Amino acid sequence: MTSPDAVLARVVREHAGRLAASLVSLLGDFSAAEDLVADAVETALRRWPVEGVPDRPDAWLFTVAKNRGLDVLRRQARYREKLAQLQWPVQPEPDDRLRLIFTCCHPALSREAQIALTLRVVCGLTTAQIARAFLVPETTVAQRLTRAKRKITDAGIPYRIPAPEELGERLAQVLHVVYLMFNEGYLSSSADRVQSHDLVADADWLALLLHALMPREPEIAGLLALIRLHRARAHARFSPDGNLVQLQDQDRSRWDHQMIGEAVELLTRAARHRRPGPYQLQAAIVACHAEAKSWEDTDWPQIVILYDMLLCLSPSPVTRLHRAIALRYAASAEKALAELDSLGLDRYHLYHATRAELLRDLGRDDEAREADQRALELTVNPAEQALLEQRLRP
Amino acid sequence: MKYVLMFCETEQWEKDWEAMDQAERDAGFAKVQQWMAEHADKITHNRKLAGPETATTVRLENGEPIVTDGPFIEGKEVVSGYVEVEVADLDEALRMARTWPACPLVEIRPVLM
Repeated sequence: MTSPDAVLARVVREHAGRLAASLVSLLGDFSAAEDLVADAVETALRRWPVEGVPDRPDAWLFTVAKNRGLDVLRRQARYREKLAQLQWPVQPEPDDRLRLIFTCCHPALSREAQIALTLRVVCGLTTAQIARAFLVPETTVAQRLTRAKRKITDAGIPYRIPAPEELGERLAQVLHVVYLMFNEGYLSSSADRVQSHDLVADADWLALLLHALMPREPEIAGLLALIRLHRARAHARFSPDGNLVQLQDQDRSRWDHQMIGEAVELLTRAARHRRPGPYQLQAAIVACHAEAKSWEDTDWPQIVILYDMLLCLSPSPVTRLHRAIALRYAASAEKALAELDSLGLDRYHLYHATRAELLRDLGRDDEAREADQRALELTVNPAEQALLEQRLRP
Repeated sequence: MKYVLMFCETEQWEKDWEAMDQAERDAGFAKVQQWMAEHADKITHNRKLAGPETATTVRLENGEPIVTDGPFIEGKEVVSGYVEVEVADLDEALRMARTWPACPLVEIRPVLM
């Protein structure tokens, strides 16, 4: 489970962001600081596997970045002076990484750039690792990062925690980035695909960091609980031969019940703030599944209510699709199908896969096969393709 | 930092404006005046432009300048005015743009020199 790569990733993640945060503060130049940290991380990933991880990885990264800075920033006297005076340990303000996160997730940057920057600057991933995680060419990620850093400098994107009246909206941007990171890692994971970098672990770590830095924000706790509730059940998602196992068929004894308990506790504490939001509600829905002893024991009426609340906050046809699935058990397949047919999600594979299940429940097997066929045409995920192909086999 | 906020009108906006009576238009102008007054300490320059039907474009790219009628892009969105502002950073410029009470698009660009 903990490969040497994962250990390295964890050590880098723990320290790269802190170092970046202090250097951005010190130099006042996001791009220059980021280059130094990225360079130190690359050096570490080359040398640590051979030399072993140093006793003080933070001091090691700091020294490499500082020396590199003194070397490459030779012509920029003001940076050199600042760097030369810098001593270990640097004392960053407690919330320095928070400023870093808000800058990386600034709404003036594209979503792709926000994700790439956050992974690189806050979590310390290399360009190559980001490229592999998102299955895009390394040059694409490199260009995205260069363009984003240039925009931060040229467009005057500030390095600061947003003003209180903007904080809610800006925090939503940050949480969305963490959520997308998690989703990408979670959905692309499979039994046979060895992940070069565990994006789910990065997302979990970021959510935990945000929760520690802003403990009074219930949506952060909600997102962290959501991630943990999914992670706690990840082992049961694939059969030994690598096939996707649907929730109703999963071996619940393989779930991490301690992690589930802790996530539910976290969510309960968040709920006391009485500021519900989409992440808390999604986590609450997942908690209903995670706490059910069996598929049949699931509290479907409660899940339908939670989906209704979620739809009030953020209406979306995909959320209505999931509500329709719950409605099948809380009410009937007929009701669920009627609801589903009003959605117009013709291009979405889950819509057709769900329709197929409902039609099969109602004994309309021919139509069910057609819907499964349509779902198969629309999905690109190999694990989902395998599942649908199995269903279509006569 | 210096930025220019470019205000753009859309076809729909123009139609809505045409449909207004004088009192509604006066109220619209008053809101813009108020916005200008509120941000007067940051605005270093401001201009409202005449409509795109008055625009003339000169193309210099193929040796001989070519003069044509109309804006250089025939688009549904037309720059109709701008303000130049002096503010701390993009967030402050964004705060101003968010409260702009008139046409529905604002593009923010840093000023190079």
